[in-house]
Amino acid sequence: MTNLYLAIPLLCLSTALLTGLFGKRIGPRGAHCINIAGVAIALLLSLLVYADVRGGHSFNGAIYTWAVSGGVPLRIGFMIDQLSAMMMVVVTFVSLMVHIYTIGYLANDPGYQRFFCYIAMFTFAMLMLVMANNFLQLFFAWELVGLVSYLLIGFWYERESAIFANLKAFLMNRVGDFGFLLGIAAILYLFGSLDYAVVFAGAAISDVQNAVTGFGEWQWTTIICLLLFVGAMGKSAQIPLHGWLPDSMEGPTPISALIHAATMVTAGIFMVARMSPLFELSETALSVVLIVGASTAILMALVGLVQYDIKRVVAYSTLSQLGYMTAALGASAYQVAIFHLGTHAFFKALLFLAAGSVIISMHHEQDMRKMGGLRAIMPITYLTAAVGSFALAGIPPFSGFFSKDAVIEAVRHSRLWGAGYAYAMLLLGVFVTAFYSFRLLFMTFHGSSRAPEATRRRMHESPGVVVWPMVALAVPSLVVGVLFFEPMLNGSLFGDAIHIAPRHDVVAQWAVAYQGQSGVWLILAMVWHSLLSAPFWLAVAGIVFAWYCYCKNTALPSKLAAASGPIYPLLQNQYGFDWFYQNVFANPSVRLAGLLSARIDVGLVDGVLVNGVARLVGRCSAVVRTMQTGLTYHYAFAMIIGLFGLVTWIAWL
Amino acid sequence: MQAHLLSLLIWLPILGGVLLLGIGDCAGKSAGRRLATVRRLVTVRRLALGFALAVFVLSVPLYTQFDTHTAAMQFGEHHIWVRAFNIHYSLGVDGISMPLILLTTLLTVLVVIAGWKVIRARVAQYMAAFLIMEGLMIGVFAALDAVLFYVFWEAMLIPMFFIIGVWGGPNRIYAAIKFFLYTLLGSLLMLVALLYLYHLSGGSFRILDYHQMQLALTPQVWVFLAFFAAFAVKVPMFPVHTWLPDAHVEAPTGGSVILAAVMLKMGGYGFIRFNLPITPDASQELAWMMIGLSLIAVVYIALVALAQRDMKKLIAYSSISHMGFVTLGLFVFNPYGLEGALLQMISHGLISAALFLCVGVLYDRMHSRMLETYGGLATPMPVFATFMVLFAMANCGLPGTSGFVGEFLVILGAFQANAWFAAVAALTLIFGAAYTLWMVKRVIYGKVASPQVAALADVEPREIVVLAVLAALVLLVGVWPNPLLEVMHASTDNLLQHIAVSKLP
Repeated sequence: MTNLYLAIPLLCLSTALLTGLFGKRIGPRGAHCINIAGVAIALLLSLLVYADVRGGHSFNGAIYTWAVSGGVPLRIGFMIDQLSAMMMVVVTFVSLMVHIYTIGYLANDPGYQRFFCYIAMFTFAMLMLVMANNFLQLFFAWELVGLVSYLLIGFWYERESAIFANLKAFLMNRVGDFGFLLGIAAILYLFGSLDYAVVFAGAAISDVQNAVTGFGEWQWTTIICLLLFVGAMGKSAQIPLHGWLPDSMEGPTPISALIHAATMVTAGIFMVARMSPLFELSETALSVVLIVGASTAILMALVGLVQYDIKRVVAYSTLSQLGYMTAALGASAYQVAIFHLGTHAFFKALLFLAAGSVIISMHHEQDMRKMGGLRAIMPITYLTAAVGSFALAGIPPFSGFFSKDAVIEAVRHSRLWGAGYAYAMLLLGVFVTAFYSFRLLFMTFHGSSRAPEATRRRMHESPGVVVWPMVALAVPSLVVGVLFFEPMLNGSLFGDAIHIAPRHDVVAQWAVAYQGQSGVWLILAMVWHSLLSAPFWLAVAGIVFAWYCYCKNTALPSKLAAASGPIYPLLQNQYGFDWFYQNVFANPSVRLAGLLSARIDVGLVDGVLVNGVARLVGRCSAVVRTMQTGLTYHYAFAMIIGLFGLVTWIAWL
Repeated sequence: MQAHLLSLLIWLPILGGVLLLGIGDCAGKSAGRRLATVRRLVTVRRLALGFALAVFVLSVPLYTQFDTHTAAMQFGEHHIWVRAFNIHYSLGVDGISMPLILLTTLLTVLVVIAGWKVIRARVAQYMAAFLIMEGLMIGVFAALDAVLFYVFWEAMLIPMFFIIGVWGGPNRIYAAIKFFLYTLLGSLLMLVALLYLYHLSGGSFRILDYHQMQLALTPQVWVFLAFFAAFAVKVPMFPVHTWLPDAHVEAPTGGSVILAAVMLKMGGYGFIRFNLPITPDASQELAWMMIGLSLIAVVYIALVALAQRDMKKLIAYSSISHMGFVTLGLFVFNPYGLEGALLQMISHGLISAALFLCVGVLYDRMHSRMLETYGGLATPMPVFATFMVLFAMANCGLPGTSGFVGEFLVILGAFQANAWFAAVAALTLIFGAAYTLWMVKRVIYGKVASPQVAALADVEPREIVVLAVLAALVLLVGVWPNPLLEVMHASTDNLLQHIAVSKLP
């Protein structure tokens, strides 16, 4: 079995290397053939592994010893349980769809092979991340997916905006990784190992929790969890480390779907879920997670309202949905967070691919104000986008309905500090989410076309390689909610992979309401219950309001914007985060660097100290040199003075 | 063979260098002899490569036949050199010096190849200087007698002085003299310390004897500071680092490579061989100073690097910042820190060499090191761009490259000592990425800056070989550092025991 596990990531790695090294020789066709074959086999094997794990075979073991230091072996190894197996399936499935889609999206791009090399490399790194059984490998893969993200955001490297965005993404992620790395160092310090199993076992021992040195009242577990969460905030783009994700839309759309919606950005969510035995020990950390998540959910959803770039709407939606997942983590509903991660991966990838399909058809126009009426021209794109939007808005029976409702219910049952605030924000977020997702749908596909005549004549439905992956993603967007709701609710979805302290188990409290029901009846009971509760009606209200604003009374949005006072500009400027970072961190750092370099390093250290000493020596020697006049009577005079002085001194003694 | 391997490694390249000097460049000045001159150039280059390769191949058994279970010196040679003063010709390697010797022999080969076409003036002398320097540097790492060590240590400066002073840039004389004086001044204090130790030990110059010697705290502190003067300049540590940017900027590519990759390591090596085991109590006493200066190097120098517009200066400052990890790792006194520091030395040797070679590739084509000359190189030079991005990522300490291993272990080690040390050191994740990737953004990405840049030829096979060898090693060490760490364990354990036991009488 180990060989099978190993084969899955290595397949992707080997096709990536092949494409990267021999891209010219194998040509575009060869590139997509081998990469698609590789990831397709990886998907099949992942399904096999998932079935095996569901059958009760989990695995935790080392592959090779990366290094030994201080007697502590640092190993590369796999932990295959229900959590990682499910993630493997999600990652390889979405990756396969994106691979196929790319054939159409990037046709004739000069960087075609390079792109396939990157996404195969990404799939490898992401698989290593979810399969890791230790913190070293987690960090390894964590940074590697960041690298590929960097390379892909800057894929069109001649665009100034793209290479600004990728640098920004890398640096912001590095701020998160700074915390993450310190968290890992703290774990090694405290537990003497980086293996999950050892650390989780050690975390259960109470005296470790209270061993605090030099950090005031803080528990070690709280510090570790917060540091790890800083890493998660970077990767999963939580406020205030979120600013890179909207800019990452500079990359080609397929990777926005794969990396910046479905998989990489959810790595932070996955990581916290994986670390559930640690986070369960610190209610402080959980509260922070909850509040950060809920704030991200609502604040980013609001920004999504005012965007006109079709990809940016979906990007802000991703930020907001990541906030939902994070909030679920904070409420100790780890399985709910992963459940939402899974459904979101499908419907958000779908929405991105649909947006990409629209962008192809519109000849790389991304402004929704120039779209409209595409429903007739692109029926399949429209339908799949509608599926995605219903799922995103949370309308039964689409998958997003079950997962989002679960998030909200989990937070409602939470008794942690800040849970009330989080619940209110998430509820409000439902309305906003429904509104912006249908705003996108109506502005793009309904009404009459606002495109220029030239573009309009050439618009068409996208080719099969683009459309079929969307259809393939629409299916799970429709059904995974129904299929996985019950195991998620009764806790069998992840089994031992997730650890929840009984007093935090909000899902169990929620499940009490559905006790004794199963199968279809459970689903029906759940849907029925939701029809009587707020989130569903908020979503419906959002859709109706969007319909009213963008189909019925299209003058209303601009009136509302004008009437909103400072709110609209505030949203358009994304609360000024970018301005703040640019003017408080980036620019002053560069200015400080220039000052240090010119004044301190060249001026003080080298100028005054080093060359100053040299000058001093030079000046002394210049003085001494003047005595060497070469005139005999000077020397004679000096001799007489010297002799006189010497004699006087001796006489004195 | 094994018994004289180290001698062979030291004297074979020196012999080769002398031979090349004897052959010389020109067969004559007359027009008719031009063809002979060209032929002689080819001979000289081939001979230089032959010697460098032979030395490298001969050095491989150092690794393959190395006994990883002992901290004792291996491949030893001991002869009396000057009986009157009890000076020995005494050589040997342990897990600390052996990898550094391999680094030296490998990089000399690469430097010879890198200078193949580029160096046109005084080729024989150029190649000879590098070969002779190779022998002397191996001598530094292998010497077990203090006087022998000192002789190699000082002699090594001479070829480097000429490399900068003869084949360097416009301001080469200033840089060469600065380099020479700076390092000489430190070395003289080391000589005083060595003579003092000779006196105390009752007339021994054996370095290993010093390791066993009792010493009161005050003399320990003085000895420590004297060694510090020599080694801190070499590393270089803040605030005695300012010779390095000047030297790098003026040195030819090969000079920069050897300077950054090998010579800086001698500072770190000196701390390991002399300060830590001979003056452990002073090391503990002064650890705060060493850690403080290291952290300044990591953070402050990184900021200074951010402001550079000359690529070589930028990489030079980056070197200082990365070497801060070496000294930090050494003075937190635990296995992670120490092994991290050793690994960082090797890794920095590979990465800085690669980055300087990359700048060399550009300089050979455009004769500019300024960032603003370039831009959009990915378009005309895709293969080069791939290498450059790879090495830049390694410089940022990306996992999977050797740059990660050392920094990671040192941060782990620093955390064991004090979480705040680790926190400051980990800032390199942000600053290191900032200055490196900003450079990449301005040089590799973006619109093609000028017609000259658009017309640039991509790297040729000769350059690819050099960069590919380094890339392979950077990745290999990053993905699997264990083979490298394994040879160090016995020696580092032994060293840590030395530090833990007080030498106070």
